[in-house]
Amino acid sequence: MPLLERISRNTQLKAWEGEFPVQYLYTFGVAGERFFREIKENAKIWGVRCPQCQITVVPPSLYCERCFERLEEWVEVGHQGEIHTYTICYREMDGFPKDSPTILALIKISGVEGGLVHRVGEVDLKDIKIGMKVEAVFKPKAQRKGSILDILYFRPAQK
Amino acid sequence: MEKSVQLKGTAIRESDIKEGKVLSIEWVPKAQYAWDTGVAIGHFLEELKGGKIIGMKCPRCRRIAVPPRMFCELCYEPNWEWVYLQDWGVVRSFCISYLRWDASRMKEPFIPSVIELEGASEGMGFFHLIGEIDPQEMKAGLKVKAVWKDVKDRVGAITDIQYFKPA
Amino acid sequence: MGMRKVAVVGAGMTRFVRRALETPKELAYEAAKMALDSCELTLKDVDGVVVGSAVDAFDGFHMKGEYLSDGAGGWRKPFIRHSVGGATGVFSCIHGWMHVASGLFDVCLVVAEEKMSSCQPHPQGAFLTVYDSILERPLGLNLTWIVPQEMNLYMSYYGYSSEDVARVAVKNKRNALGHPAAMMGEELSVQDVVNSEVISWPLHRLDISGVADGATAIVLASEGVAKRITNKPAWIAGAGYNLDTWYWTSRDLVYPVYVEKAARMAYEMAGIREPQKEIHVAEPYDPFTFKELQNLEALLLADRGKAAQLLADGVFDRNGRMPVTPSGGLLGVGNPISAAALMKVAEIFWQLRGEAGKRQVPGSPKIGLAQAWGDMMQAGTVVILKN
Repeated sequence: MPLLERISRNTQLKAWEGEFPVQYLYTFGVAGERFFREIKENAKIWGVRCPQCQITVVPPSLYCERCFERLEEWVEVGHQGEIHTYTICYREMDGFPKDSPTILALIKISGVEGGLVHRVGEVDLKDIKIGMKVEAVFKPKAQRKGSILDILYFRPAQK
Repeated sequence: MEKSVQLKGTAIRESDIKEGKVLSIEWVPKAQYAWDTGVAIGHFLEELKGGKIIGMKCPRCRRIAVPPRMFCELCYEPNWEWVYLQDWGVVRSFCISYLRWDASRMKEPFIPSVIELEGASEGMGFFHLIGEIDPQEMKAGLKVKAVWKDVKDRVGAITDIQYFKPA
Repeated sequence: MGMRKVAVVGAGMTRFVRRALETPKELAYEAAKMALDSCELTLKDVDGVVVGSAVDAFDGFHMKGEYLSDGAGGWRKPFIRHSVGGATGVFSCIHGWMHVASGLFDVCLVVAEEKMSSCQPHPQGAFLTVYDSILERPLGLNLTWIVPQEMNLYMSYYGYSSEDVARVAVKNKRNALGHPAAMMGEELSVQDVVNSEVISWPLHRLDISGVADGATAIVLASEGVAKRITNKPAWIAGAGYNLDTWYWTSRDLVYPVYVEKAARMAYEMAGIREPQKEIHVAEPYDPFTFKELQNLEALLLADRGKAAQLLADGVFDRNGRMPVTPSGGLLGVGNPISAAALMKVAEIFWQLRGEAGKRQVPGSPKIGLAQAWGDMMQAGTVVILKN
């Protein structure tokens, strides 16, 4: 007889509640420390170049995942990019509706393999499209902490 | 792998992070759970609310297990024969701990113990705490009895038994 | 049995530190790169990657293997991650061995990594998620409430004193002074250990290994390939693993029978009939002092109840009849869980090749054994290497 058939009084089935009590304090690593320092201090976005594979990677990594060489050639990649793809979010992470929808995009930085996931701002929902040229908007220096949120969002590139 | 080999790995201190010498980010996960107790433990908890400890007997190997389970993990047979056990037994192992789960220190120690309850099979242990005893007096083989919460305070939880005390 | 011969041909590791700047990926990379460099291989030569990492909750990355994968050389390769808690690092070698012995890969990169420091307020908190959520966590159960009970029973059963087990810490921390990665190498006396703070009687602070960040990696190769890579391959002669019941309260806490079963599986494969005579050097798992003795007995490397006397007689010293934990172990080098156990395998590798520097045991050892223990304290994993 399968086990499930033996339940005769389902009101007796209970659930025990509990939570996950630990928190996390992350450091950014050898490469990440330098990447976020540059964002915090100088509002600059840096990548790292693999001479063997001829690619530039953002965020920069200590090593190339393709050829496994140690990467040491840091390059400034600028603030310009384009929207590789995007989505419009109507709900918060806990499932509740947002006050107003936000645009989350995978921004391909010019000349870089890969890109950054970030918000898009200063644009109407109806105007957003794949391939749109964008540029990073930073918080003022005093508000920057060394975090991806030091970039407020990307906005349509100003001519 | 000589002692003189220079290995990678950069030690940093908590103070480096606090002082901002090393950048960091905090994350507090919002992970809450409602675990289904299952048929066996659901029943076990109901019985605790009623002030009783219940176990389960395996029809093949005759082992009486507590906490009860719907199958015997040794025989891999379904189990369905409930057996009431006594709420007293004998201490099999114990330690005297000053450490909480988060590695913070306690002034007064806890005495976690594995207790062999009367009515369960030999070797079957039940985890709980020992109370109302000077830690220096603790020893394996001590006879102990459950100290229950008041019936109005019992909710169907392992903490309906506050601890076991010397019988 | 139809399985191919497999050898360890290279090894590498990071320092073990309480808190590393490096991310888990970077730790994995440094160990893996050093291992590949040590046998002059590149990522192109690697057919598949196996990663061991014990507890996702330490750094809050679920799917931890996938997260580590690029740092472990797993980009666009056959890749798998396993976990058996503390037993992971030795199982990592076995998991890699399976891939090569079966004929699936010729060269397998094995990486074991653990970064415990991100977990606040203390990595021990992450262990909370191992215990029964309904019957044990509400009582506040934690690791230092279970292991000392086992220690108490074990010591009472055989009449071992705190001084008897403290000698393991003295030996291992002294051995660790010769290890470049060591975090906790120091010269201590038995009294220093016995006088250290009582954490959870009978466990004292210096009976416990330190949580850490770190990574270790080894390279495995099939017979023909191994002989082209190095003239000193360390053959995997035996592998064994076993899991006991999750119900720790009904387990025999005095004798870890699952360690004996894993050992017998490995001995049979290696053709070893008299382990006490045939094993030249051993690295049993030593997260707590008493564990080294208990494991030695379950590994059949010491008669039951006799390990403490053999330790006191110097049999297990580096220049003794059977050196035990010449690396310095978890007590001396540190305990980033998975990386620590694979470090023990790497130590046997270096010992058999005569490359252990200050830690080298005399007498050109030919057969070595590494063992780990973990999960809900129920898993035993054993590897035997031969040169």
